[in-house]
Amino acid sequence: MGMLSLGALHYWLVACLLLIGLHSMLAQRNLLKKLMAMNIMQVAVIVFFIALAAKTGGTVPIDTPSIKQVDAYINPLPHALMLTAIVVGVSTTGVALALLIRLYRRYGTLEEPEVLAQLMESA
Amino acid sequence: MTAHVPALLVVLPLLAAVLVPLLALRSVPLAQLIAMLSVGGVILGAGLALRRVLIHGTWHYALGGWAPPWGIEYVIDPLAAGMALLISSMALPALLYAGPVVAAWSAGQVGAFYSLFLLLVTGLLGMVVTGDVFNLYVFLEISSLAAYALLATGGIRAVVATFRYLLIGTIAATFYLLGVGYLYAITGTLNMADLTAQLATLHTSSAFVVAVAFLAIGLAIKAALFPLHAWLPDVYTYAPAPVSGFIAAVMAKVSVYALLRLLVFVLRAEGAAGQALLLLHWAAVVAVLAGALLALAQQDLRRMLAYSSVGQMATIVLGITLGTPAALLGALLHMLNHAVMKGCLFLALGGVQWRTGQVQLADFVGMGQRMPLTMAAFGVAAASMIGLPPTAGFFSKWYLLTGALEAQDWLAVLVLVGSSVLSLIYFFRVLEVAYFRQPGVQALQRELPWRMLTPMVVLATLVVLLGVWNQVIVTQVLQYALPHGVAWPRT
Repeated sequence: MGMLSLGALHYWLVACLLLIGLHSMLAQRNLLKKLMAMNIMQVAVIVFFIALAAKTGGTVPIDTPSIKQVDAYINPLPHALMLTAIVVGVSTTGVALALLIRLYRRYGTLEEPEVLAQLMESA
Repeated sequence: MTAHVPALLVVLPLLAAVLVPLLALRSVPLAQLIAMLSVGGVILGAGLALRRVLIHGTWHYALGGWAPPWGIEYVIDPLAAGMALLISSMALPALLYAGPVVAAWSAGQVGAFYSLFLLLVTGLLGMVVTGDVFNLYVFLEISSLAAYALLATGGIRAVVATFRYLLIGTIAATFYLLGVGYLYAITGTLNMADLTAQLATLHTSSAFVVAVAFLAIGLAIKAALFPLHAWLPDVYTYAPAPVSGFIAAVMAKVSVYALLRLLVFVLRAEGAAGQALLLLHWAAVVAVLAGALLALAQQDLRRMLAYSSVGQMATIVLGITLGTPAALLGALLHMLNHAVMKGCLFLALGGVQWRTGQVQLADFVGMGQRMPLTMAAFGVAAASMIGLPPTAGFFSKWYLLTGALEAQDWLAVLVLVGSSVLSLIYFFRVLEVAYFRQPGVQALQRELPWRMLTPMVVLATLVVLLGVWNQVIVTQVLQYALPHGVAWPRT
């Protein structure tokens, strides 16, 4: 059971989340659901980085005169990186939604097979 | 001022991207001028940087005065400076060319278009100058987001293609980010030079294998390496001509650059990184032929050029993974040559489509008479794609072949020769229809406006000049861009 020990449990959950996102991006037929699956995949990576930074008994990373040793602080870098990744995720979702709005206005549907069928007809 | 050139390479187009949409509301020509001037400034800066690093060696620049490895560092070596020069030099003709294409748009739309174009340039430049793996991710996403928006301006088919590209591109970027996470978990650093130092003793860990796998797959998707190329043909086909001309010229190459930078320069082809290079080698061997065969099967010329790009990107990856000095020089020279010739081809084809609405092979009958200069530019670039001397394409293929012979990799020799023969067939087909078939009715000659014609004529001239200067480029610049002390795995 070494591999499946409770200490690594959250990494297995992250892997599940990543696979759920990836699988749904491929398997879902609705374009909006594909986009939601993409967000699930991105969240998995965010949780992964945050889990890397977790530390039992660490304090907030603000320079406190009474605490001298570096080990006592939580590493703030993964959190800062993930703030950027969240911004990237929001921007990507925004651009994707703008594209979907244009598609919906034109075809009246976001079901991929129907959109492709209408594309074929117009060709 | 010159001390801050590394930062200015990124900051200049970024500032212009903010200014241009505001200026466009006042005066569109002024906004277009500022956009081109900022890119011109980047060309100048990249040229200065290249000159300096060739004389004084690698240029380290600590952004905001934070010392590496804690702060973000820009590292300019001859390879990075050369890529920056290539990116900015391809952006300028595309921006000039875009003028007539966007002439009918509203001022707000034109402003947004140029702003997005500059953001794309910013992202690509950032990817080549940064010395930080997370910073590279941020620039990768900046360039990708700008590219998605630009590509979608090509009509409803472009929107469908772009949405798919957005999903696949985000998977690629997420994989890259996961790979960075694993590297950070092993080493506690994001700085490339520091990573190399830390990993010297850590590259046997199993987490390193996972990191390399995610990084390599992510970047291979972005570089459209067959069989991960599925997003590319539709995207290149339906994008507006100035966008496809620029993106087809440099965007996938920047991802190949990132692969080369990480696997070879940073991870030193050690352990799993070496295995990844071997796998990429086999993928490239198949991809070179697959791209050429798929290009041969196309009747839509935009799609033919797109599949040809799939094959040519694989040719560059093949050169990198062969790893002999001649093959590496060939790969770098081919990055330069292919950017110029494929940019020229897409601009010329886009011009024909803009003027006549034709993109099918069968409709090109008599095009040599209808648009003589445009087709002449297309013809020169096509000759270079085939590899006819004295055009640039001949020399990069020569170096690649020499490299494959050096490595005694007969399969690589075979696919390189085979793909050249196939490209001879599919490009000659176009020239044959355009020049030698007589049209039923005498078509009127009607050329493009000068702003569209100039960029493609300049690029076509450059195709010949790069061929003539190939030895100078290789001996004065490219040989200093090669990695040192890296041993490629052979089995």
